[in-house]
Amino acid sequence: MEVIFILIAISLMLAGSFLFLFFKAMKSGQFDDNHTPAIRILFENETKTKDKKQVPSTTKSK
Amino acid sequence: MIKPNQIVTQPSKSTCYHCGEDCKEEILPFDGKEFCCTGCKLVYEVLNENDLCSYYEIADNPGLSQKSISSRNNRFDYLNDLDIISKLVDFQNHEETHVTFSIPLIHCASCIWLLENLHKINAGIVSGRVDFIKKKVQIKFHQRDISLREVVSLLSRIGYEPSINLADVDKKAPAVSDQKLIYKLAVAGFCFGNMMLFSLPEYFAEAELLGNGFKKTFNYLNVLLALPVFFYAATDYYRSAWIAIKNRGVNMDVPIAVGIFTLFTYSLYDIFGLGNEGYMDTLGGLIFFLLIGKYYQQKTYDTLSFDRDYKSYFPVAVTKIVREEEEVIPLIKLHVGDIIKVRNEELVPADSILLEGEAFIDYSFVTGEEVPVIRKRGELIYAGGRQKGKSLLLTVQKSPSQGYLTDLWNNDSFEKEKANSLESLANRISGKFTVTVLLVALSALVYWSWNGQIALGVLSFTSVLIITCPCALAMSTPFTLGNTLRVFGQGKFFLKNSQVIERLAKVDTVVFDKTGTLTAPSQASVKYFGESLSAESKSLIKTMVNQSTHALSNRINTFLDGVKGLDLQEVEEVQGKGIRTIYKSQEIKLGSAEFVGEGNSDLPKGGNLVFFAIESSVLGYFFIQSGLRKGIKEVVNNIQETRLVHFLSGDQDHERVNLKNIFGNEVLMNFNQGPTDKLAYIKQLNQNGANTLMIGDGLNDAGALREAKVGIALTDKITNFSPASDAIMDASMIQKLPAFLRFTHTSRNIIKASFGLSFTYNFVGVFFAVQGLVSPVFCAILMPISSISVVVFTTLTTNYLAYKRGLKEKII
Repeated sequence: MEVIFILIAISLMLAGSFLFLFFKAMKSGQFDDNHTPAIRILFENETKTKDKKQVPSTTKSK
Repeated sequence: MIKPNQIVTQPSKSTCYHCGEDCKEEILPFDGKEFCCTGCKLVYEVLNENDLCSYYEIADNPGLSQKSISSRNNRFDYLNDLDIISKLVDFQNHEETHVTFSIPLIHCASCIWLLENLHKINAGIVSGRVDFIKKKVQIKFHQRDISLREVVSLLSRIGYEPSINLADVDKKAPAVSDQKLIYKLAVAGFCFGNMMLFSLPEYFAEAELLGNGFKKTFNYLNVLLALPVFFYAATDYYRSAWIAIKNRGVNMDVPIAVGIFTLFTYSLYDIFGLGNEGYMDTLGGLIFFLLIGKYYQQKTYDTLSFDRDYKSYFPVAVTKIVREEEEVIPLIKLHVGDIIKVRNEELVPADSILLEGEAFIDYSFVTGEEVPVIRKRGELIYAGGRQKGKSLLLTVQKSPSQGYLTDLWNNDSFEKEKANSLESLANRISGKFTVTVLLVALSALVYWSWNGQIALGVLSFTSVLIITCPCALAMSTPFTLGNTLRVFGQGKFFLKNSQVIERLAKVDTVVFDKTGTLTAPSQASVKYFGESLSAESKSLIKTMVNQSTHALSNRINTFLDGVKGLDLQEVEEVQGKGIRTIYKSQEIKLGSAEFVGEGNSDLPKGGNLVFFAIESSVLGYFFIQSGLRKGIKEVVNNIQETRLVHFLSGDQDHERVNLKNIFGNEVLMNFNQGPTDKLAYIKQLNQNGANTLMIGDGLNDAGALREAKVGIALTDKITNFSPASDAIMDASMIQKLPAFLRFTHTSRNIIKASFGLSFTYNFVGVFFAVQGLVSPVFCAILMPISSISVVVFTTLTTNYLAYKRGLKEKII
């Protein structure tokens, strides 16, 4: 049953890394605006099919 | 997109390809499309050149009419000023500049698309990023290739002129601190979840799944996980409790802090000293639930701003005349004695005397009255008025911050924050609660010690403190108020924070501003006096007013609703005087007494007069009064049943009799009240012990709104304009004001009822605690049950009662 110590360590590390990722997402502003990205995701497709050259320069803030 | 029915019914009319409005005055064909004005056409040209016409495919007619946009080239010159630039930008290094603009015109998907593709128009721009809800765009650009001024004029050229006002330059708002709460909530949630897992074996102690070694390890892990909760997540409660004790008061956070400390220290002793399991999981759960309550209470409305002062409306720059030359300077550098130029649709930034030009000043955002007033040379014009007409030359008499209106903000009442009512319901109860709990705990300790069982005494003492930890008590207030806040928000009554609800419940004196609050421009009453109008004259007048944008024309237009128009050749508008046309070779005039040549002095007062004359013989006049809002009479009568009602008005008192007839004699009316008088009036009421509620709309009410215990700003368009206040209400919802006020009492009662509920739990808990029978399992069951049942109870009752009272359409 000693294996449970390893499992506990793994589970804590896993949960801790989720917490860390959440903090990172908060800091990067992922939750600041949760409306615009929903609209934005619809354009990207359209511009890709229209003019392929422009794609690399489309908006990317981070 | 083709709309077939439109083509059938309106074959002759064409709509603008850019903004979708009917092309009334002229049709500008370009590139096979039709435009209503050069502004719209220009935007199309820019977009077309840069291959950005997908703009028009994402949404139908996404643009906004460009008719009223000023085309003066030098108006952004102030953006070359280094001081201004450094205050506007978010970030700048040797290569890149980041700046965030607020663009109120953002309204559809096309707007986002265009503003995020600015780099296609100018290579100097790196990227644009839109926040649709806040109507903001962050633009990154290389300052070597494009200057800030050029960025702004580019935005203006494509029809998205950013609104840059004095407040943007004055100071940067610090980042909001409510993010901290989310971090704390995340930490508490993480620790609580894991602690529950490690405590699980305790709850099934009989099962003996694991050996004793595991038990110890789990307990130590729990201590480890409790550390961030105790030292980080719960810190707000210690601070708040400490402040309350320092001020010799007891608030809700004092018993919570006491409970947290007892739980933590006793559990440490229990785990390390006695080798037992402790109450760390209860501690984690307690703080997690409390923080959820706190988070729920913090409902914010991103699109609304509750703290705007005059600076949010004043321009950043003015045109100053120096040796016959125009120079655009930042407003902060404007001095008394300077000569400034104010153009059509521009705001007068400081109290000044008119030197040259004809002034038609629209004070609508100061007083709420939208009919422009005429000022002659040598007369004083107050800051905050908007010129409608040709350019003016003015000499500045007072600095922008010291004017008749702006002086309000130098008053003391703007210095101090409104007291966070310490005597709120929860705090008053928690004082008694804390004392009672301590007494019970002490008497348990004394009782057991007396009987020679000191260990049991200590146990029951701590048990009482642990079990009565006012989790459920502390959660009833935030959840009830948070729910009420949401219910009100659905009814377009937006409160700044949840404390406003408790303050609203105590209101006993309601003060209304008259202009713009009791009355509404859209409810104007129009009467016609004079020779009766033939059908032909009516059609004639209708056609004339149809072509004018003046506020009075609009009202006559609505008055003559249903009258058919004529085909007129040319209607000429004489700015600020009236409109003139030739019909059947007769000169027709519609306008002021002076304009038509009327000399009669025996005319009704208290409204605006518009005369109708054919060939300089006056046939009659329209008497236009701003009408009362729909349902306002019932609102006032309803409020009067339980509270005192006062009216404040900046106008002369010629309407006193009229208002008395409508609202009765019990309303206290005060006329000729300037902005500072209104503030002083409310202050006086407050000093006499009244709990005042002020309802106003213009900037001239800002002082009174601030001074009153609760200030409600009434606005026709929620996102548009409102002075600083505790609450913003959509003007169409004013009929529901009495219902809202009544509901604040209801939510107080709900809080009281849920206090009763949590007291019941506490009684049960204390009953076991004094006997020293409390175990971690008992705690772990009672604590979540009490919290969750209180949350469910308050949420359901608040929403159900709101639904029953008609404040809400659906129950949940």
